[in-house]
Amino acid sequence: MPTDQTPGSIPGHENNGGVPRIQFEDVVKRFGSTTVLDNLNFNVGRGERVTLIGPSGSGKTTILRLLMTLEHLTDGYIWVDGDPLTHARQDGKRVELKSKQVAQVRKRIGMVFQQFNLFPNMTVVDNVIEAPIHVLGQSKEQARENALDLLDKVGLSHRVDAHPSQLSGGQQQRVAIARAMAMDPEILLLDEVTSALDPELVGDVLAVLKDVAANTDITMLIVTHEMQFAQDVSDRVMMFDSGHIIEEGHPDKIFSEPDHDRTRKFLQAVL
Amino acid sequence: MWDTSLFIETLPVLIGAFLKITLVVTVLSSILSALLGLVWAIALRELPAWAAAPLRFVLDFIRMTPLPVHLLVIYYAFNNLSPMTVGVLVFGVHYSTYMAESYRAGIDSIRKGQWEAATALSLPASRTWRAVILPQAIRNTLPSLGNWAIAMFKDTPFLIFISVPEMVTEARQFGGQHFSYVEAMTVAGLLFLVASYPTAVLMRKLEKKLAY
Repeated sequence: MPTDQTPGSIPGHENNGGVPRIQFEDVVKRFGSTTVLDNLNFNVGRGERVTLIGPSGSGKTTILRLLMTLEHLTDGYIWVDGDPLTHARQDGKRVELKSKQVAQVRKRIGMVFQQFNLFPNMTVVDNVIEAPIHVLGQSKEQARENALDLLDKVGLSHRVDAHPSQLSGGQQQRVAIARAMAMDPEILLLDEVTSALDPELVGDVLAVLKDVAANTDITMLIVTHEMQFAQDVSDRVMMFDSGHIIEEGHPDKIFSEPDHDRTRKFLQAVL
Repeated sequence: MWDTSLFIETLPVLIGAFLKITLVVTVLSSILSALLGLVWAIALRELPAWAAAPLRFVLDFIRMTPLPVHLLVIYYAFNNLSPMTVGVLVFGVHYSTYMAESYRAGIDSIRKGQWEAATALSLPASRTWRAVILPQAIRNTLPSLGNWAIAMFKDTPFLIFISVPEMVTEARQFGGQHFSYVEAMTVAGLLFLVASYPTAVLMRKLEKKLAY
């Protein structure tokens, strides 16, 4: 690989050696004339759990969607393990990668959505084995065995042959977590995964996610309004406002004694 | 006036024409138009703009010009083809342009989150279409496809323009020979109804069966 493909060095976080798992370099995202992210730079280390907080419209979800390639990057670079995600630097120029190259890096990333987005035409287990078979090339038996194991871990081994429409929102979201985990991702993106749930169903979903956090070394990027959950699982909290990181640090620090007035006001409003 | 013996006499003649021509053309053209319509709908969505625009123009052109004109043009332009073949091709292509619109509506009705979930799982485009989008879209599209098939069935008398001896042509001939048209035309009308109605019921059943 040519050396000019590697990411530029950014002042910021020291990661425990080597290339950061995720690196945003001068990322710009505009929707029409609205600039959502303006020259954003940050790193996430291997195995790190980072929660993004901030008012709606501050760009948190856009960051996850850019990583999942659901949005087109207006300018800048995103690197995953030092590999370019959608754009690379070649001879000092910014070039867009072909969709096949993008798919290679994207496979390392999984995402759980606010609206679950299970495939309603497939059973629970078929939702989970679909991508392992057709993307990772697993055999049907192998994929099914793994899926049943995951569905057991999320407490749904009794509903494997149900269709999503027969499940509660909380159950659907746990299937969605199992589906993302079945791809054995290095990075897991959680986009307001409990926001669409009835309050009494939130606990089960968060318990499953805490279990994932405790028993794997998956790097996690979390957008949530569940501050207790954020405090429990994250190593770092980043406070966003208008597409900029205005403050970041350990959750204990951010949630108890933030430096910025803006952070304090936001936390007062949500807690 | 009404002559019941003529009515009975015409029955087997018209049922024969119905089975040999009308039904054959309808079934073959329906299959052709359902397949082509799907191809158009996917192509319009997947092709780059410069390629989709001319395709859209051609489909609009076909949809907005009369079927009998297509029949005559193709019949005289390709006089090596049998009238039956011309009928099946023209009906199939003409109705495929309507069915493409129905498929498009069905595809558009799939929520964006389904495409995004497929991307998040890195499913290739072909697999996304086959396993995720089409099973949901076709279920939404099926009632509309059934209606187009029935509409096509009722258009088969246009085959008279290219001298295919379909049922209504036969009824007219029978009427001419016996100096009474009412009986034969009544039989033809009834046969259309007898065939259309169960088709509509069948489509509704199929729709229910595909529900999940």
